[in-house]
Amino acid sequence: MGRKLLTEHINVPGIRNLETYRRQGGYETLKKALAMKPEDIVEEVKKSGLRGRGGAGFPTGMKWSFLAKPEGVPRYLVCNADESEPGTFKDRYMMERLPHLLIEGMAIGSFALGCRTSYIYIRGELMYVFQILQEAIDEAYAAGLLGKNIMGTGWDFDLHVHCGGGAYICGEETALIESLEGKRGNPRIKPPFPAIRGVWDCPTVVNNVESIMAVVPIVRDGGETYASIGIGKSTGTKLISACGHLKKPGVYEIELGVPVEEFIYSDEYCGGIRNDKKLKAVVAGGSSVPVLPAELILKTAAGEPRLMSYESLAEGGFASGTMLGSGGFIVMDEDTSIVKNLWTFTRFYHHESCGQCSPCREGTGWMEKILHKILDGHGTLSDVDLLWDIQSKIEGKTICPLGDAAAWPVASAIRHFRHEFEEYVRNPQAIRTDHHYYRVNNLSPELA
Amino acid sequence: MPKVTIDGHTIEVPEGTTILQAARMIGGDVTPPAMCYYSKLKTSGGYCRTCIVKVTKGSEKDPRPMPKPVASCRTTVMDGMEVQNNSAPDLLEARKGVVEFLLINHPLDCPICDQAGECHLQDLSYENGLSTSRYEFKRREFEKIDIGDKIKLHMTRCILCYRCVKVADQVCDTRVHGVINRGDVAEISTYIEKAVDHDFSGNMIDVCPVGALTDRTFRFKSRVWFTRPMDAHRDCKTCCGRVVLYMSGNEVLRVSARKDQWGEVEDASEGRAGWICNECRFEKKELKDWTVEGPRNIDRHSVISQNQYLEKKNLRIDVSNQKQIEEKAHN
Ligand SMILES: Cc1cc2nc3c(=O)[nH]c(=O)nc-3n(C[C@H](O)[C@H](O)[C@H](O)COP(=O)(O)O)c2cc1C
Ligand code: SF4
Ligand code: SF4
Ligand code: FES
Repeated sequence: MGRKLLTEHINVPGIRNLETYRRQGGYETLKKALAMKPEDIVEEVKKSGLRGRGGAGFPTGMKWSFLAKPEGVPRYLVCNADESEPGTFKDRYMMERLPHLLIEGMAIGSFALGCRTSYIYIRGELMYVFQILQEAIDEAYAAGLLGKNIMGTGWDFDLHVHCGGGAYICGEETALIESLEGKRGNPRIKPPFPAIRGVWDCPTVVNNVESIMAVVPIVRDGGETYASIGIGKSTGTKLISACGHLKKPGVYEIELGVPVEEFIYSDEYCGGIRNDKKLKAVVAGGSSVPVLPAELILKTAAGEPRLMSYESLAEGGFASGTMLGSGGFIVMDEDTSIVKNLWTFTRFYHHESCGQCSPCREGTGWMEKILHKILDGHGTLSDVDLLWDIQSKIEGKTICPLGDAAAWPVASAIRHFRHEFEEYVRNPQAIRTDHHYYRVNNLSPELA
Repeated sequence: MPKVTIDGHTIEVPEGTTILQAARMIGGDVTPPAMCYYSKLKTSGGYCRTCIVKVTKGSEKDPRPMPKPVASCRTTVMDGMEVQNNSAPDLLEARKGVVEFLLINHPLDCPICDQAGECHLQDLSYENGLSTSRYEFKRREFEKIDIGDKIKLHMTRCILCYRCVKVADQVCDTRVHGVINRGDVAEISTYIEKAVDHDFSGNMIDVCPVGALTDRTFRFKSRVWFTRPMDAHRDCKTCCGRVVLYMSGNEVLRVSARKDQWGEVEDASEGRAGWICNECRFEKKELKDWTVEGPRNIDRHSVISQNQYLEKKNLRIDVSNQKQIEEKAHN
């Protein structure tokens, strides 16, 4: 069994309440932290090797040490709880069960960074989680764990939850900041980065829910202990939200470095493919990362077993690798149509583009229309080339990474499953017979 | 002062200069096209992505090339930076892509658009576009609306450059319009029709790079290339009063601010942009309202400058003689 640092007590009845949470050692780490020097806490986080769990994997300790600290200017820690990436549902799961772990992490982080006020920005659709968090915050205030003179140390700190309006783009950190300020959620043009000018133009750190929660065991056990878990530069544990055609979909806390094959097939984790079908493809880190066919997700191009770690999943670059991303692990069995799946993803990015920059505003809709045309049986072979060309003209030319996130799934689907697009074009009749079509035509790469 | 090299031309520029500004100082072909950046409007730029360039050397200190093309209008120059614009075929290909994106949902109704002839999108697509469209779906459409009693919004033509929003924020003291909705259905809107009513709101027309915001007092009066642009001024209490009159015979068809070679309003006095007020723009449509200074040379790629003043060299104008100007203008 892998170690559980975040989910250890998740099944304790009533853990959502302060009293139960404290009985499991809750807020002891905050007490410890308040007795430390803030810079020592940052040092522990650096030592832990924790990498941002929101998708980009940027080292959290380093991000914290970049925070500008001008005299007389407030600083802010903002928790990114906007989780809207298709396939990703770990933050919601944690917040609805362990709200106090997030609050404790926010308090420790804010103390370390010298923030007097911090915010949790939560996705608008998660209204009930918002309520859970708000209740937990109220409890913490009543118990003197937030507010004035926390735990008698003289430290004052306020924590607010802010509800988003339900836009994926508000998960991008600068759009989140705009939205938090009450403006339209348009990503800002960087530089300046939030560490210099974030919320109300003050220095700001934006961190994912899981990153902030992980600070609690790091400060509790020490950075080195945390760093001893995992593999290479992928230290600690990671929450993976596994979904799709699995026997046991759900949120799993893994030690980074578990082989992908073990994660999919072992009974400790996902228990294999539903109905004992064959594995066709996996999107390993939320809808934005490249899709990989079964043979490349289980083993790297060099034939090494692929591990659940930042480095191993990325091995081979985009030619044969992918990314750990946010940990949204989407599994597709042999009956799945990659083209249809891609259309769904592309529709999402089209719908969620903020519309500021031309390549993403116009390109996402164009790709969606072409995919729809192909699915409708009116596609041509040149449409597949056109799709490739469009995604290449979006990637790297936009203000924020949503453009890349829209381009990568298209690129990887064509790169690894071009034959499927071509089959849709050549044999539009067969599309209507749906799944049957795959078996008859032996299209699935594993069957070929 | 940092030194930057763009397409092989090296120039020294003040600290904080953007690549685009540096390229404009060099001038000519090195200058990337800019559709949303407007030097007189703070925080403008970064949206359209037409001004992208390739940075092959970051700086003297950190010579690594930048991994992606950058928006030259929002990237400041570092000492020793090396930039490619026209000299990088892959960059030009990428820019073609941006231009194509701007055009796929554009109505291409230039034949009935008041902006035709002085439209930056026309120039841009002429220089960087494809001759055919690869887009085969229905184009996006919006209703035309009057956002003020003098301004028409033809949203279908808008490229969402945000310039008019910034004019409302920075030149007018109130803003009643903005961008609503998102993605490819995002639109400029006022919520309430004809809400835009401010002394300086007409400048939104001048900053609009396309025919999305047009002057209702000039609608369908004439193609701009048939008009005679004349520099003129009047004593105005509200604004600088320095304008261009677009004339046909003795008739003043349209009044606009004076624009420089980048299509931006000229400075009226040192450091003060020559925005004009709505009274000068919309009310003063008689020649007697104005002191005419002489014909204005408009140096643009598009048709407006094609037929302008071929005879200009021979056109001897005595500015003190208003009557003579009227006659010339008439001819
Ligand atoms: C379109 C888009 C959506 C994003 N959505 C989220 C999100 O829902 N949650 C999140 O934590 N990070 C999201 N991110 C990443 C954030 O911008 C940011 O990198 C992250 O919150 C940093 O936290 P971390 O360092 O702890 O990972 C998103 C990024 C983009 C470009
Ligand atoms: S890439 Fe898309 S979402 Fe990001 S700023 Fe540009 S239009 Fe908005
Ligand atoms: S209406 Fe014109 S100025 Fe305003 S955003 Fe659209 S194109 Fe730009
Ligand atoms: S002019 Fe630079 S992005 Fe538009």
